[in-house]
Amino acid sequence: MEYILIFISAIFVNNIILSQFLGICPFLGVSKKIDTSLGMSAAVAFVLTLATIVTWLVQKYVLDPNGLQYLQTIAFILVIASLVQMVEIILKKVSPALYQALGIFLPLITTNCAVLGVAILCIQKDYNLLQSVVYAFSTAIGFGLALTVFAGMREQLELVNIPKGMRGMAIVMLSAGLLSLAFMGFSGVDGGLRTLFGLD
Amino acid sequence: MNYVNIIKNGIVKENPTFVLMLGMCPTLATTTSAMNGMSMGLATMAVLICTNFVISCLKSVTPDKVRIPVFIVVIAAFVTMLQLVIKAYLPDIDAALGLFIPLIVVNCVILGRAEAFAAKNSPVASLFDGIGIGLGFTLGLTLLGICRELLGSGSVFGFTLLPETYNILLFVLPPGAFIMLGFLIAIVNKLRKL
Repeated sequence: MEYILIFISAIFVNNIILSQFLGICPFLGVSKKIDTSLGMSAAVAFVLTLATIVTWLVQKYVLDPNGLQYLQTIAFILVIASLVQMVEIILKKVSPALYQALGIFLPLITTNCAVLGVAILCIQKDYNLLQSVVYAFSTAIGFGLALTVFAGMREQLELVNIPKGMRGMAIVMLSAGLLSLAFMGFSGVDGGLRTLFGLD
Repeated sequence: MNYVNIIKNGIVKENPTFVLMLGMCPTLATTTSAMNGMSMGLATMAVLICTNFVISCLKSVTPDKVRIPVFIVVIAAFVTMLQLVIKAYLPDIDAALGLFIPLIVVNCVILGRAEAFAAKNSPVASLFDGIGIGLGFTLGLTLLGICRELLGSGSVFGFTLLPETYNILLFVLPPGAFIMLGFLIAIVNKLRKL
């Protein structure tokens, strides 16, 4: 039950992009077309889930027992950088088409705040390994959802006449704000579910 | 190299928030108040100055293939130092900025500047570029923070200017961040064309 709560909360109520502001750079950079958005979301989902598992294990079995918590930032970012490098190599062999489509954005997943942010959040919230995996995977789905919906919005924006002053990043920001406003409609759902499942 | 020009460049022509559009995550997340925005900007500036300087010093001994991981390790080291200093001496700021202090390590501004400037210029020039870009970033964040705090809580830097009833809560919440930044970008674009 608790995992359903984490799942729904991470996707809708505390959406990683629209509510927690992690992963904005790819959100603004990749969301011009729906197919690149889907490819990016899949890559991020894979890296996010894997990175959360490995960083959780590193924290619990390497950093904590040896009192090295202050090395968390350095250790986590090195794990993430290596994982992204590995995903790049695997993707080049398995699906060269997707590799070409993602281009520069694949190595940029290393600097994606969402990956490092989720890794740190799982430690801060004191989740066990299974909760961390569910949280990471749900966050990735939320990321993909926001990204794809926004790509749809931007594709539509291309077709309309926008006032000269607002063209470019300004109208993109405004649209993102409206999408974020829409998702705010989900606030309180996690509280309600918590009471429904009797988790309080 | 004219050092004053480098600083002016970072604040105006290559302002990270309004022109380069880098470092959007902390820009949107930490600007719920002017003080938070300014603290985040100054923290990022501190890291940027140090990493620009060190990376520029190391540029001749870093092999090209591993330069990104080397940059990341240098940046992570300085961010860790900043984290520990803030945790020890500035616990209020630590509570206000929370998760975004360790996230400075993946701030596009820092890695971007390391790649675009520090890797190709002298240490002293890189130092001044760090100051310039850092000031530009701080300016952007503080401006956004002032706008959001004024419209959202009726205060600026803690000084209440508007009565309670005139607050628009939206601007302190996530959608307000996007909307406010959108309008500020539109205004800056207009000013740049003048």
